[in-house]
Amino acid sequence: MPVWLTDAEYRTLSAACARLIPTDETPGASDGGAADYIDGLLGAFSVDPPRIWAGGPTSGRHGGARGFEGFLTLGRLEELAWRMRIEGSDGHPERQFNGPVTGWQQRYRDGLASLGSDFAQVEGAEQDERLRSAGDFTALVYEHCCEAMYGAPEYGGNRDGVGWDAIGYAGDVQPRGWTDTEVSSP
Amino acid sequence: MTTDAVVVGSGPGGAAAAEVLVRAGWTVTIVEKGRNHLLDPTAPEHLLGHFSNDEVKFFHRHFLGPDPLIEPRTFRAGPADGEHSLVGEVNSIPSTVGGGGVHADGKVPRFRQEDFALRTTFGPVDGAWVEDWPLRYDELEPYYAEAERLIGVAGDDSANPFAAWRSGPYPMPPGAPMYGATLSAEAARRVGLHPYAAPTAANSIPYDGRPACNNCGFCAFFGCPIHAKGDPVAMLQRALASGRAELLAETFAARIVTRGRRATGVEVVAADGTTSVIGAKSVVVAGGAVETPRLLLLSGLDHPVLGRNLMVHFQTIAFGVMDHDLHAERGRAVTHVHDDAVLVDEAARQAARRAGLPWVRGGLVEHGGPALPVAEAKRYPWGPKHKSLMRSSPMRKRLWAFTMQGEDLAQPTNRVDLDPSVRDARGLPVARLTYAPHRHELVASAHHRRALVEVFAEMGAVGVGVVTSPGVPGELGWEGPSSAAPQSHHVMGTARMGTDPRTSVVDGFGRLHGLDNVVVADSSVFVTSAGYGPTLTLVALALRAASALAGSSDPLQGGAVE
Repeated sequence: MPVWLTDAEYRTLSAACARLIPTDETPGASDGGAADYIDGLLGAFSVDPPRIWAGGPTSGRHGGARGFEGFLTLGRLEELAWRMRIEGSDGHPERQFNGPVTGWQQRYRDGLASLGSDFAQVEGAEQDERLRSAGDFTALVYEHCCEAMYGAPEYGGNRDGVGWDAIGYAGDVQPRGWTDTEVSSP
Repeated sequence: MTTDAVVVGSGPGGAAAAEVLVRAGWTVTIVEKGRNHLLDPTAPEHLLGHFSNDEVKFFHRHFLGPDPLIEPRTFRAGPADGEHSLVGEVNSIPSTVGGGGVHADGKVPRFRQEDFALRTTFGPVDGAWVEDWPLRYDELEPYYAEAERLIGVAGDDSANPFAAWRSGPYPMPPGAPMYGATLSAEAARRVGLHPYAAPTAANSIPYDGRPACNNCGFCAFFGCPIHAKGDPVAMLQRALASGRAELLAETFAARIVTRGRRATGVEVVAADGTTSVIGAKSVVVAGGAVETPRLLLLSGLDHPVLGRNLMVHFQTIAFGVMDHDLHAERGRAVTHVHDDAVLVDEAARQAARRAGLPWVRGGLVEHGGPALPVAEAKRYPWGPKHKSLMRSSPMRKRLWAFTMQGEDLAQPTNRVDLDPSVRDARGLPVARLTYAPHRHELVASAHHRRALVEVFAEMGAVGVGVVTSPGVPGELGWEGPSSAAPQSHHVMGTARMGTDPRTSVVDGFGRLHGLDNVVVADSSVFVTSAGYGPTLTLVALALRAASALAGSSDPLQGGAVE
């Protein structure tokens, strides 16, 4: 069940992500859970603390505690910033000190609608054409897909590290780090 | 409440000043507008553990601040752009406890002797305001040495043939050289350059109660998860452990309160939005070369030079794509540098003469590579090619770069002032940067990039390119007017020091000419930008300024904190 998107929006978004970072001989955005990353971001404030900043200092993947799983609290102004970014100014005077702000929730709601309710069913070439037409919105989804695929799994994407494995990237490495030999040798 | 000194800003300058003042027995209140992700202010040996190897958090979600929605800045290349051409993230240095020290990759070179006497050494340049500093390298050397001890610097004092004299060795030997840097340093030597192990504020051995760096690679733009980096953590811990310092995070200094020629306190806005005044016998301003002039302007300080002569480093970035993996994600981000482009040799003089300039200088060249896959991914196109590009990785695994931190000449027209219309979340005017490079920087960049391209040919690079920051119209990397905003986080010069109160904002000890008990302790006071990162120099100057404020010229005055 998506956190913030409707089921229909989630299906459209999943199909879009699969075109932006397709699966080839290695996993793509569908396998990595990019739509879950984006849905989690849009619904970040549905949990407390909001899922904006993972904790630290280690993830547990290379030793140490699983600190990334405990998300950090936001300060007063940080919460204001992230609510502006995600929810938009939405009529709140304290969010409009430099004018109205359109949040990601609105951009996704409108953008996914613009791709068409049949987006998940049409051919790939047609999907690509609609994504190209959606210009700025597609650029936003792509940025989020990249974060989903190659960011830490605690944010909801990069499921089981498939994004990192596909590109031979170790991800976070504390507390192990790299030995001097690994640093200096080919 | 009243304290001996309010220190505005908890970055390297503010932390250094706080440590000196506490040693002298002063009570100090450090106010920091950003969040505290570093330590428990009441039990400073307890580190909060918020820093991590997390690209999403640090690089894409504004973890260290400032968030451009809450605290935007504005930019314009000149008045022809109108009020501003860019609103949002402009030249941001972290707004967090520890300031710019938290995100810096820890390269901490000293300046050279002639950097403090640029006008005497090389002469004036039309259109620029080239001056000597009111102090010499020899006067600052003991403070450089103390700064290196306080933050912990690893280096080899015999490795750089062009280095200024030093009174002793670095506190630590250099750490492990990165594989890519061993290749680029060898190639650079073959073409006649002089690369050396970069003086680095990252522990190569356990130092001062902090562990040795374990090469995780998350240096630039990240807080160090194990506190092996010489960010201001050690200075803040010592100051707070004395019991004479307090740290107020999420506390914004909105105005210095004055009576006549003296400050009586600082008006602050607390985390909950309430406003109060902290009474103080002295005020140390260390907000950085953008926020410091902003605070002084918000305080009504009226000086014709305040905010002017904004300098950044004109960055020339030569990059080469290799046919094999350089694994730049392992190690301290940059382990080698060379100084050859800082020298004004005959070739540089000829390049200057051909351009009608008396001289040109480049800057320190850093050897390093990119390490972050999300940032890489965003640069590739979406669609079927995305995955194959990420696997072959010409822009991460196989990319190496030389970044020259080119000297930027002071120009009065390059400045920080208050934006006429854009506000921060507190309703206060934000800083506006007006900046365009002098022809000197463009000529120096064009001249010195040739040697860097030559090194890549020697390395066997399969593709080579050069971009600059700020961008130059018509050159690679220019993507329209927003490219004119410099990306360098090295900002300097907006409250320059000097002996003449008409042509400088502060005296040689950082004291405001117009307010007897207010000292500026950051890179705002720089007279020239040199071709070196500003951190170590601003820390040395802050130690000297705070020592003078406390009535001593001895940087070790008071000994260790009990």
